[in-house]
Amino acid sequence: MPSFTLLGQSVLSGVFIGALYGLLGLGLTLSWGLLRQINLAHFALVFLGAYGTYQLTVSAGIDPLLTLVAVAPAFFVFGVALHWLLARFSVTPLNTLLVTFGFMVMIESLIQWIWTADFRRMETPYGDVRWKIGGLYLPLPEVLTLLIAITLAFAVWAVLRHTDLGKAMRAAAEDAPVAAAFGVNEKVLALLLSGLCAAFAAVAGTCLALSHTLAPGQIYAWIGVVFAVVMIGGLGNPLGPLVAGVIVGVSEALTMAITAPAWAPLVSFTLLIAILLIRPGRFE
Amino acid sequence: MKPLGVFAAAGVLLAVVPFLGLPAFYESFLYLVFHWAVLATSWNLLSGYSGYFSFGHAAFFGAGVYSTAVLAGKLGWPFLLTLPVAAAVPALLGAALGAVVFRVHALRGELFALITLALMFVFSTIVLNTPIDGGPGVYLSAVAVPAIAPTPSGSFYLMALVLALGTIGIAYAVFHSRFGTGLFAIHDDEDVAEVMGVPTYRYKLAALALSCGLAGLAGGVHGIFVSYVTVGETFSGWMALNVILMAALGGTRHWLGPAVGAAAVTLMTFYFTTSEYAIAGRAAVGLIFIAVILFMPQGLLGRLSRRKSFPRGKTEELSKIKAITTDAILVVRGVSKAFKGVQALDGIELEVRRGEILGLVGPNGSGKSTLINVVSGHYRCDAGSLMFEGRELSGVAPHRIARGGIARTYQIPRPFPHLTVLENVALPPMFGQVVMERRAAESEAWRWLAFTGLENKAERFPADLNLHERKFLELARALASRPKLLFLDEVLSGLTPAEMDEAIRLVRAIREQGATIVFVEHVMRAVMELTDRIVVLTYGRTIAQGTPRDVMRDPLVIDAYLGTAHA
Repeated sequence: MPSFTLLGQSVLSGVFIGALYGLLGLGLTLSWGLLRQINLAHFALVFLGAYGTYQLTVSAGIDPLLTLVAVAPAFFVFGVALHWLLARFSVTPLNTLLVTFGFMVMIESLIQWIWTADFRRMETPYGDVRWKIGGLYLPLPEVLTLLIAITLAFAVWAVLRHTDLGKAMRAAAEDAPVAAAFGVNEKVLALLLSGLCAAFAAVAGTCLALSHTLAPGQIYAWIGVVFAVVMIGGLGNPLGPLVAGVIVGVSEALTMAITAPAWAPLVSFTLLIAILLIRPGRFE
Repeated sequence: MKPLGVFAAAGVLLAVVPFLGLPAFYESFLYLVFHWAVLATSWNLLSGYSGYFSFGHAAFFGAGVYSTAVLAGKLGWPFLLTLPVAAAVPALLGAALGAVVFRVHALRGELFALITLALMFVFSTIVLNTPIDGGPGVYLSAVAVPAIAPTPSGSFYLMALVLALGTIGIAYAVFHSRFGTGLFAIHDDEDVAEVMGVPTYRYKLAALALSCGLAGLAGGVHGIFVSYVTVGETFSGWMALNVILMAALGGTRHWLGPAVGAAAVTLMTFYFTTSEYAIAGRAAVGLIFIAVILFMPQGLLGRLSRRKSFPRGKTEELSKIKAITTDAILVVRGVSKAFKGVQALDGIELEVRRGEILGLVGPNGSGKSTLINVVSGHYRCDAGSLMFEGRELSGVAPHRIARGGIARTYQIPRPFPHLTVLENVALPPMFGQVVMERRAAESEAWRWLAFTGLENKAERFPADLNLHERKFLELARALASRPKLLFLDEVLSGLTPAEMDEAIRLVRAIREQGATIVFVEHVMRAVMELTDRIVVLTYGRTIAQGTPRDVMRDPLVIDAYLGTAHA
């Protein structure tokens, strides 16, 4: 049995990785649940955002968080354009998966062309800061990721829950023609939401660049577990991916600490299968 | 030329290739084309035909790879002996998955995709951490390959060729069979398919097991072909995406579509990624993919994907039977059904006599449609009994009830949108009391198209029909299985007076052919004109039954419709 400190550190690292899962899953769950668009390109966008942050930080010396001022609006435009395209051709939900797969491959090629297939690691002052609280280490990049993930998830939740804009979005997701009949401009709202989801990918990308080494091939490593987190959290629920992400992250980290690291994926996916079988109704 | 002849000719022509003395490169390249054709076609058997997208095809492919790897590589079995195991293990795993997942009603669409994806990760983790692989991969270069061609690459070529032709042959056979028709119906509307008599659970299970077994077979050969297998290479989500890409590109609703897509993608990938501009090539593949899905959502063979229907034969006249008897064909006793606290049916008592037209009336929400859903097996009642010809219906699967001779129409027509009008009507006879093959079922369907006046729309799709034609399609489909007991759920609503007269004439004609009819309707003129007896429901209870004239004077009935009289 590993020591108490090791277990504590495992739980902590599980929470941190879970926050990143949640951040990656936020845009996905919204576009899937509210726009019926299963967006594989989201993963490639996250990496493109991460590389963008990396480039601006390394070559222009801009603070990593400030790079979002440039990256997020650009991504917003991409998100709007993507939804416009999907709506223009009335692509079915399953076909959105295939179309966005095409975009994922193209973005991956773009990344590989500009930054090559080599690993890249962003060196910033953030990376050197870490606190020690009773034997446990708290690295600044991970703490920032956690804070951003929580803030963003709750902000989206509050907007969807309590503002007219959010209610209109949920109504449009439930029944677009009826919402339109009640004066909701569902087409514009959908474009706006798709743009926001892409902008969230930029935020996730910045956090990824702060704490992880980047390589184009890594894009595919995240798909399985993040999709699992999105599903477990409930489609369209902004808090879902974060909560599910932390649960999955912690259980993975504990599995790694107690058994071998290679067993970790078993936990999240068995959890997913179990939830699907026991409570399939929550996904309807 | 007969398809079988084309297959044989193609097989013979392609089988000559290894004996031409071409460089091994060509054989290996064609091997890959065949390999992907098997994977894409096998994936399509379940996912394209029935619409259950699997993202975990690599899991079953991998089960085949590792069956052969362990048996041939570690235990020293001869290679060919491992192949049946490489097919059986994934087929059994697939059947086990299906046996659990297909019982859960809500696990359709994306959720099925997800659960298969998750399963792939579970498999790969298990293989990685147990002696099946254990981490370092399995070397298979020492495994002897049967020398069926002058060179090893030629032998692999021939094995893959046989596998590809076999798989495409299976896809062809399924596509044109009852089984295939059932899968297409499941794709369009699974609940209706089940009520029309398609054994949906068994069909999905069979399609999944077949699909997994073929993928495993391809895996068994491929493991030896690559001669060194690893978990990371074998179990990858990439493979499912590739296979979906191929099937979507070629057309998921055509038996040859996935194979054509496999050839195109393998060729493209090879051409682009081995050139100087490998990265640009990948991007081009992505772009082509987007363009195909946007502009040809049905795939390259999408326009060809119509099944040929059989030429129309002669249909003999039906004998007219007409006799109302007093024996009950259906006896409903104390049937109750609640939905989350709403008591939709509250102890229904009624009987339907053989040969009669029974009118079932009552205000909206009185439980008429729920009763039909209970009788057809869509819902299971909470209490009470439903005896049809002396047999209990409660708890019997809908497709068995349909096979017993009960049919229904839907108030809002629910045709199978991707089947032609003729195919829609030919479906129930294939799964009715007397099981018919497609040819016989289509000739039966023509009879009912003629009966309902839809003959000239036979080759159209339901979307091309107007409301009254769709209502008549609904009728033709219910009649085509020659039911003993037919539930008509508001067939007249939304029709113009002239169309209504036509419909009333049809209902009479149906009864003259011997069917017992339960007629649910709000149009009282039609009810009074057509029915022999009436049963009135309110709040899920039977409040009156008898002849139309008596029932309409019943104070309870007047209360239910107009409110209590105060005078």
